[in-house]
Amino acid sequence: MESYEARIHSGFPEGKPDVSDPRVLAWLIRRSGLEMTHLSRGSHIGSVFSVAEIIAVLYTSVLNVDPKDPKKPDRDRLILSKGHAGSAVYTALAETGFFPVEQLKTHYANGSVLSGHVSHKGVPGVEISTGALGHGLGIGVGMALGAKMDGADWRTYAVLGDGECDEGAVWESALQAAQYGLDRLTAVIDYNHMQSLTTVEKTLKLEPFEQKWRDFGWNAESVDGHDTEALKAAFGRAKENAGSGKPYVILAHTVKGKGVSFMENNILWHYRTPQGEEYEAALKELEALRP
Amino acid sequence: MRDTFARVLKEEMERNDRIVLMTGDLGFGVLRPLWERFPERMINAGIAEQGMVSMAAGLAATGRTVIVYSIGNFPTLRPLEQVRNDCAYHGADVKIICVGGGFVYGSLGMSHHATEDMSVMRAIPGVTCFTPGDPAETEAVTRVMLRRKGTCYLRLGRGNEPKVHPSAVKDWVFPKALTLREGTDIALLSAGGILTQAVDAAERLAAKGISAKVVSFPCLKPLDEETVRELLAAFRGLVTVEENTVTGGFGSAVCEIAAEEGSGCRVRRIGLRDCFATVVGDQQYLRQVYEMDGAAIAAKAEELLK
Repeated sequence: MESYEARIHSGFPEGKPDVSDPRVLAWLIRRSGLEMTHLSRGSHIGSVFSVAEIIAVLYTSVLNVDPKDPKKPDRDRLILSKGHAGSAVYTALAETGFFPVEQLKTHYANGSVLSGHVSHKGVPGVEISTGALGHGLGIGVGMALGAKMDGADWRTYAVLGDGECDEGAVWESALQAAQYGLDRLTAVIDYNHMQSLTTVEKTLKLEPFEQKWRDFGWNAESVDGHDTEALKAAFGRAKENAGSGKPYVILAHTVKGKGVSFMENNILWHYRTPQGEEYEAALKELEALRP
Repeated sequence: MRDTFARVLKEEMERNDRIVLMTGDLGFGVLRPLWERFPERMINAGIAEQGMVSMAAGLAATGRTVIVYSIGNFPTLRPLEQVRNDCAYHGADVKIICVGGGFVYGSLGMSHHATEDMSVMRAIPGVTCFTPGDPAETEAVTRVMLRRKGTCYLRLGRGNEPKVHPSAVKDWVFPKALTLREGTDIALLSAGGILTQAVDAAERLAAKGISAKVVSFPCLKPLDEETVRELLAAFRGLVTVEENTVTGGFGSAVCEIAAEEGSGCRVRRIGLRDCFATVVGDQQYLRQVYEMDGAAIAAKAEELLK
């Protein structure tokens, strides 16, 4: 019986994907996301698929982190505030060498450390456990504030969901970040326009969303959240934002369930677990997309 | 207690430059000496407690001890999930400070009555809960708290309370209870600023020839179980006293041990009996109305001894 790692990496030359390429890492996030959700009978595949390029670009091209030294003091901090997409971060960490890829098969499993929402306990590379929405940006504000007080240059990134921005705590944190001039803090919104019962528009409208962030004292831009080059450029501008006196937000427009046609923009796939024929069909579509 | 806390905090901030103070836009008079002395280590988070507590956890993660200061229920009930998930679960070095435990802000009404915090904070794993009984205990507890790592809750009274301990509490051993008064017929156990009422009750009982021991518990969690067991073994009856609901707080903690010990010693809990204080009045007035003052405690003790 082939190992989890062999199964995920088969189809790449010599079974070794080039994880320095964000399109490859994004594909691996989808492939493992599908596999992990299938094995665990878990939820949130739609959210994992929408955030794939964001996480991939962060781990390949943006974050100053070292898998051999996960706690080096000058590292950049990533907080996955939308903790339900934890498998995306777990996959990125495993594929970039923080822990063995084989361990990903223990996601949700009894006795494992890879809990359904991203957990820091026993998982090298994860800064903070999240799961209840609305906490991650505030924690990021505190980290960025600490960096500023120390005169340090390391960056803090918080990845949020759009529905998550219904939480009042997010806006408390937004006010605070702007007040303290935290220009080394970057928020990224995985703006997939869907929540768990229906669209963002029909739940609590966020538009004009970019304007709202500006009105809260942030520098803001919008980008195609599935275009790795556009994301790299946006993160470049976020990095150059240091010294501006304002925190930075990237509104990454994405598609929930991106990569599998019958999952895209389909509210069912917030919770639904890919099993049986649906799993096979999703797998077939992803295989065809392999970079 | 509040002013003692502020004085001790200032001294500790002098010797430890990693202590940062955050407030939810409160503490105007009390904190002014601190923000004047350490402007670069003082953050006003605004009236935004959830954001403040998440921020405290993140700041603590950069190697700091973060004091989160507010009044009443605002630093606990309002941001409770943040205290639980962001601080306690991560072992964050954050100290949640409540000024105005119990009925300190009596006449302001129920929104400002902290009467469930002892129960709620006790239930969160990983939160050390301090309930000093007077300014002397506050000094001892504050120093210990600031020199231990981890999430803590410090429930203070107000300013200008009388000292109950005749002198400074020196060399306090965490988390030991402190005997204020020896006695042989019954023991009165107190947690928090309501200690004055327990002492008053002991005096009333003494006038009737009843000898009451008074023990203060400056630490609610972890509870000094050894002392509780000794008291359960030595007395026929104990009365617990707290300016908090009788559900789930100090009295309940003592009852948990009593039930497990099965020693035959009976416990009566003085506290708010699962109700809101809806009458208008100051702290002492409310204590009287809700049967938590010295007279009520003494009456309960006498009843228990019959």
